[in-house]
Amino acid sequence: MFLKIENLRVSYDKIRALHGISFSIDEGEFVTIIGANGAGKSTTLRAISRLIDADEGSCMEFLGKSLLDYTADRVVSSLGISHVPEGRRIFGNLTVMENLRLAAFARRDRDRISVDLEEVFSIFPRLKERESQLSSTLSGGEQQMLAVGRALISGRRVMLLDEPSMGLAPLLMLSMFDVLRGINRRGTTILLVEQNANLALRFAKRGYVLENGHMVLDGTSESLLSNPEVKKAYLGG
Amino acid sequence: MVYFFQNFLNALQWGSFYALIALGYSMVYGILMLFNFAHGDVFMTGAYIGLGTALFFTMIFSSGAVSVVPGWIILVLTILSSMALASILGMIIERIGYRPLRNAPRASAAITGLMIGIILETGNLAILGAQRFSFPSIIDTVTWEAGGIFFTNKKILIVAVALFLMAALHVFIKKTKWGMAMRAMSYDPLAVPLMGVSVNIVAPMTFAIGSGLAAAAGVLYSMAYPVLDPMMGVNLGWKAFVAAILGGRGSIMGAALAGFILGFIEIFVAMIFPSTLRDLIAYSIILAILTFRPYGFFGQAHSAQLRL
Repeated sequence: MFLKIENLRVSYDKIRALHGISFSIDEGEFVTIIGANGAGKSTTLRAISRLIDADEGSCMEFLGKSLLDYTADRVVSSLGISHVPEGRRIFGNLTVMENLRLAAFARRDRDRISVDLEEVFSIFPRLKERESQLSSTLSGGEQQMLAVGRALISGRRVMLLDEPSMGLAPLLMLSMFDVLRGINRRGTTILLVEQNANLALRFAKRGYVLENGHMVLDGTSESLLSNPEVKKAYLGG
Repeated sequence: MVYFFQNFLNALQWGSFYALIALGYSMVYGILMLFNFAHGDVFMTGAYIGLGTALFFTMIFSSGAVSVVPGWIILVLTILSSMALASILGMIIERIGYRPLRNAPRASAAITGLMIGIILETGNLAILGAQRFSFPSIIDTVTWEAGGIFFTNKKILIVAVALFLMAALHVFIKKTKWGMAMRAMSYDPLAVPLMGVSVNIVAPMTFAIGSGLAAAAGVLYSMAYPVLDPMMGVNLGWKAFVAAILGGRGSIMGAALAGFILGFIEIFVAMIFPSTLRDLIAYSIILAILTFRPYGFFGQAHSAQLRL
């Protein structure tokens, strides 16, 4: 199994946010986890990228290796699992190019880095135009491009995306998701968490529904889109 | 007028020490949001390391009582090796003193710094005893006179080396990927690991650089005032801390500039008033400045990011 999460439990202080969720992803898939605000979607991604600790008994495996043996930076640099966090978290005091170069910090394959940079600029020509600009001066959409661009450079086997649609105008949202689909087709496995269930299920092949820290449903996107309960709770009737 | 210029040079030298030490305070604060209160004692330890390495290099490069290499080579070796060894000390302090406390309340980290400082002072006393050591005169003092103003080669060297190190630091932070990582960490430490960069590389590196600069200050200070004592870092360290605040937390330029300003205020106050009143008046002036600019010259109210 490519990425396998079993019985994942996470607590903040004494309060449990994830009550033992399980799911798995095959190489090359585009999978989404949908759910309401506070359901535990971000927590799931943060546990996978080891930004927060999982409780005892949780099991997270990537290509047979336990993620629990890796620190957050090595999940990215050794395993190639990148995380585009909620709110983008770009370094506003660095230029666009510096942000991208920082994403290559741990890489030793110099020649590949410049190829990857070119690729990022071909996907997002906007970033090339703004290359030497301080990234705090970018618009929300451009910041999201930069965040995805960084992820392509830091680790491209798996991309974890946390609410990439947040704060984007509908058209920008669609073009961002088109880009993600393109990235997925070129071989990057994508795990997307979204509040915008409609959008997420239109682009992902499969989905999971997370509710109050429990996985309550899963299936193909078509089946979830037509599921009456999902319709009622997440798709606005 | 001659008197003024004479003191101008003294103030530059005095300010160099403050500036070099203040940089370490400000950088560490910019990265980790804590003040390393052991930093003054790292300066002191750097001076003692300088004493040791100076004696070592003098010994191995001499035959009989005659040195076989010019003094400036020994001086360069002394500064570089002291900086390198103090950098290791800085990394050790980060590793055992601060890293375990990264998520602890701020006060714990402050207390830890004070304790590490006491350990360095008393450890020094325990190992070397209470006698004072005098720093060897590695290069001969040459005095020049121009229009009634006296220059010594040492004074000029001290200011030049300090300015060179500050320029080097500037380039490092602005141009290298390591400097880039430091700036990124000062902006958003939680996002740094997501770039595949370990916080546990950036933090010790920051301590190493700050400690290296403090050690350079220690060696330069010992050239000017060649009597070493285990408490020498306390007074200078606290004053350099004041300079870091005056410059604005996290500001590289601010720390350097405020270090020199502090030097100038002290020297010029002493020019006018009796020297026993020097610090009283000098620090009252600084208190007044901070009343009007509580975040220092280049500080910002809501952030202490590392800035050039």
